[in-house]
Amino acid sequence: MSQLICKNLNVGYEDGVVASGIDFAVESGDYLCIVGENGSGKTTLMKTILGLTPPLSGEIYFEDGLSSKSIGYLPQQTLVQKDFPASVFEIVLSGCLSKLGRRPFYSKEDKALALEKMQKLGIENLTSKSYRNLSGGQQQRVLLARALCAAEKMLLLDEPTAGLDPAATNEMYDYIKKLNDEGMTIIMITHDLEESAKYATKTLNMGKDGVCHG
Amino acid sequence: MANLIEYLSFPFVRYAFIAGVLIALCSSLLGVTLVLKRFSFIGDGLSHVAFGAMAIAAVMSISNEMLVVMPVTIICAVFLLKRSQSSTVKGDASLAMLSVGAMAVGYLLLNMFSTSANIAGDVCSTLFGSTSILTLQGTDIAICVVMSIIVIGAFVFLYNKIFAVTFDETFAKATGTNTEIYNLIIALITAVIIVLAMNLVGALLTSALIVFPALSSMRLFSSFKQVIICSAVIAVVAALVGISLSILFSTPVGATVVVINIVIFLIFSAIEKARG
Repeated sequence: MSQLICKNLNVGYEDGVVASGIDFAVESGDYLCIVGENGSGKTTLMKTILGLTPPLSGEIYFEDGLSSKSIGYLPQQTLVQKDFPASVFEIVLSGCLSKLGRRPFYSKEDKALALEKMQKLGIENLTSKSYRNLSGGQQQRVLLARALCAAEKMLLLDEPTAGLDPAATNEMYDYIKKLNDEGMTIIMITHDLEESAKYATKTLNMGKDGVCHG
Repeated sequence: MANLIEYLSFPFVRYAFIAGVLIALCSSLLGVTLVLKRFSFIGDGLSHVAFGAMAIAAVMSISNEMLVVMPVTIICAVFLLKRSQSSTVKGDASLAMLSVGAMAVGYLLLNMFSTSANIAGDVCSTLFGSTSILTLQGTDIAICVVMSIIVIGAFVFLYNKIFAVTFDETFAKATGTNTEIYNLIIALITAVIIVLAMNLVGALLTSALIVFPALSSMRLFSSFKQVIICSAVIAVVAALVGISLSILFSTPVGATVVVINIVIFLIFSAIEKARG
């Protein structure tokens, strides 16, 4: 079943088009890798799918009961986060933010959900550890657990292995593959063509000319 | 100590303690978010703007200065926050421009038009707070208490959302949170706190109340909740000790409170170093 369809999509900002003519469809359980050089519009496309940036033209459809809010998103890490004083549990729990609505505090179910996702990624022993003292690989797994709290059926990952050593990179890919095997749809931006060929069921190649092949 | 208890029998001394502790508490709560969002300088810039507004109010001989100072500071807070989101370099420069501009215009106006006999004294007490906290009236305290309750209430009620927006605005936005509203609320609260804090420590020292407790507690604590609680405790202790000392030794209130905050920061840094 299709979950996400982009038709003749142009993405960019007020001052210009970054990528144009993007056409693709994502089926339930797909593992889509978005590859392309720096500046080809990969992150902009992802932000457009998430509704952070409005599309310049073209259309995005969600099906299968999905909306941009029920997608789990793993953004690239920012400088602010590297030395942020927060415990692992606080960060993972913040993935339940959209479930809060008007309530001020997280419910027992939210907390249970956060713990369950942490167990899934093998970080349940880090619960009260500080985020800033973790290794790069552990930090990425914390952010992935947070994304899982928000994700019902689909995960969007923006270079999830950037800055990780080879062992942590492989571990990250294994976890993502495991999630995909359990039925989670994966859309991932990557520079790692070799890895994307190994896992991806589909590849979207964003060329410098703004045209997508694949 | 006996001296201090004797002083406490005066209502204006009790008022000073109530206002001082509440203002310090509010500043420290918000300070953690502002420091982590890299907005420390906005607090500083806004206090300069508030000085300018205060000067305009004084020149126009408006009896209740708050009526001018509060709206002007709030408008500038919203403007600065918007700028800082669009572009960091421009935001930084526009902040510098606004803050020195407001100071210069404010001082110029006071010198040219003020009817007061002691301009230098007026300027000094607006900038450094001097003794104005000891001259607070019952109504000032009432305003201060109400504002503080609103700030603390908003902070507790929005705690989880403020955490999410502080840690990762993009993620919060992607999950459907209206981050602009929360940024706006943070800007509004900042402006209110700065105007209130001017009574305590003066325009130039308000940002010390915002940044020091947050930075001190970040030395030792590693979860967001611990950092918030510790920074609130530090702020209250520093305010109590600072105001007491300033009464006992007739030192300027604002500067004394800030110096206590600096001492706490140094102690916490030393403990952090000793821990390794």
